[in-house]
Amino acid sequence: MTYTKRLDGRKQKEIRPIVAKAGVIKNADGSGYFKIGNTVAYAAVYGPRELHPKFLQDPSTGILRCNYNMMPFSGMGNRVKPGQNRRAKEISLVTEKALLPVVDLKEYPNAVVDVFIELPQTDAGSRCAGICAASIALADAGIPMKDLVSAVSVGTVDGTIVVDLDYFEEAYEEGEEGVADIPIAYIPSTQELSLLQMDGVITKDKLVEALEIGKKACEEIIEIQKNALKEKYKISGEDNE
Amino acid sequence: MSKKAVRDHIIKVLAAGVRLDGRKIEDYRDVQVRYGVSNTAEGSALVRIGETEVIAGAKLSVETPFPDTPEEGIIMVNAELLPISSSRFEAGPPGIEAIELARVVDRGLRESKALDVRKLCIKKGEKVWAVSVDICTLNDAGNLLDAAGLATIAALQDAVFPAYDGIEINYKEKTGEKLPLSKTPIPITVLKIGSYFIVDPLQEEMLAFDSRLTVTTTAEGNICSLQKGGDAAVKVEDVAKMIDMALEQADMLRGKL
Repeated sequence: MTYTKRLDGRKQKEIRPIVAKAGVIKNADGSGYFKIGNTVAYAAVYGPRELHPKFLQDPSTGILRCNYNMMPFSGMGNRVKPGQNRRAKEISLVTEKALLPVVDLKEYPNAVVDVFIELPQTDAGSRCAGICAASIALADAGIPMKDLVSAVSVGTVDGTIVVDLDYFEEAYEEGEEGVADIPIAYIPSTQELSLLQMDGVITKDKLVEALEIGKKACEEIIEIQKNALKEKYKISGEDNE
Repeated sequence: MSKKAVRDHIIKVLAAGVRLDGRKIEDYRDVQVRYGVSNTAEGSALVRIGETEVIAGAKLSVETPFPDTPEEGIIMVNAELLPISSSRFEAGPPGIEAIELARVVDRGLRESKALDVRKLCIKKGEKVWAVSVDICTLNDAGNLLDAAGLATIAALQDAVFPAYDGIEINYKEKTGEKLPLSKTPIPITVLKIGSYFIVDPLQEEMLAFDSRLTVTTTAEGNICSLQKGGDAAVKVEDVAKMIDMALEQADMLRGKL
């Protein structure tokens, strides 16, 4: 194991600095901002509103619809062509699945709750940042929720388990053991994972260990998300505690 | 509410000497410019006009020049009216509103020769710098066009060239070198509703005006693009008045850069 010192000087289990806010998009029914390191995500919720086209409507429940989009200048290299590519479509799908277990849309038959996620700058971990922002936005919109969802990536860089990989770690090529990048979303109240993907190669033992570490990181992040909401809804003059 | 009802209401309020949001008829909302809002862009800026919020980001790349302009760099302006910014917008390819907005901003930039495209030439006929500006809306509370135009110029002012070794661009390494930008074309949208002329329209006013004129002017006072919109036709006297208003507001906005 040669990757003992992280490229940006962080400790193994240390997440990058986070800034979280609620209510950043005035037109939206709810919105969130989540910055982790150099990755920035805005999320806005519109709805519940009538779902068009009508054949998509479900009379038994409202539907959650997520849309993940990178602004054309938000990539580390070349301009990203506008419009949803295959990657963005897949991330939209897994984002929806990550949030679905905590939202309860039974009260809104035939309706849709739209979640739009936009990224003005990215440095890895953008789907996780998007999920964190979306979770704040849904709560801000007053959508019935059982819990907040928190997300972060865990993984291994040349065999060393690290939390919240940045771009340079994802692309780390030295060493023999390669890189495993595992974005997860976590629901603290049930201790369940609602997003789980992986790029790379890892052993089962390392994976389980990494996931446990990821859960702890998410528990840290969820407090920051909660504080963002408390900050918006605190009664003026009241302490933020 | 029907368009007519909204228009009648707006005119009633204007007759009382104020706008729907309570400001004086001739007033522009508070304007803020923040530079460097995206570190992945070579240049970026966020513009706030009241509650309207727009980000523009400039990306630089090396391309083959167009055959008819072998010694000129390439400028491209694109606008994304993102669904995050209003319930009016949907995800998907740009609609006519986004296309018109981008083209009006593009024209002001091009016709004013704000960017010296010859200085963007690396090797005649082979390699030139291409400047792509993407305008992304965060919140639409009216007057997206003025916000987009100001954000575009601010993003270009903020931009620096990435390192280029003649073969590949290293986007992670930024040189200190700025773009060859010599002018500041600023588009200002003036609406005519009834007999009233207003600047910095709110979203409600954007839905119920008679005619619209977007005038892009430079600091020197030259007009470098015009775009008339709206269903009603305009008189030359009206055009002259709208241009005067645009010149005045453009100076005010230029002061925010």
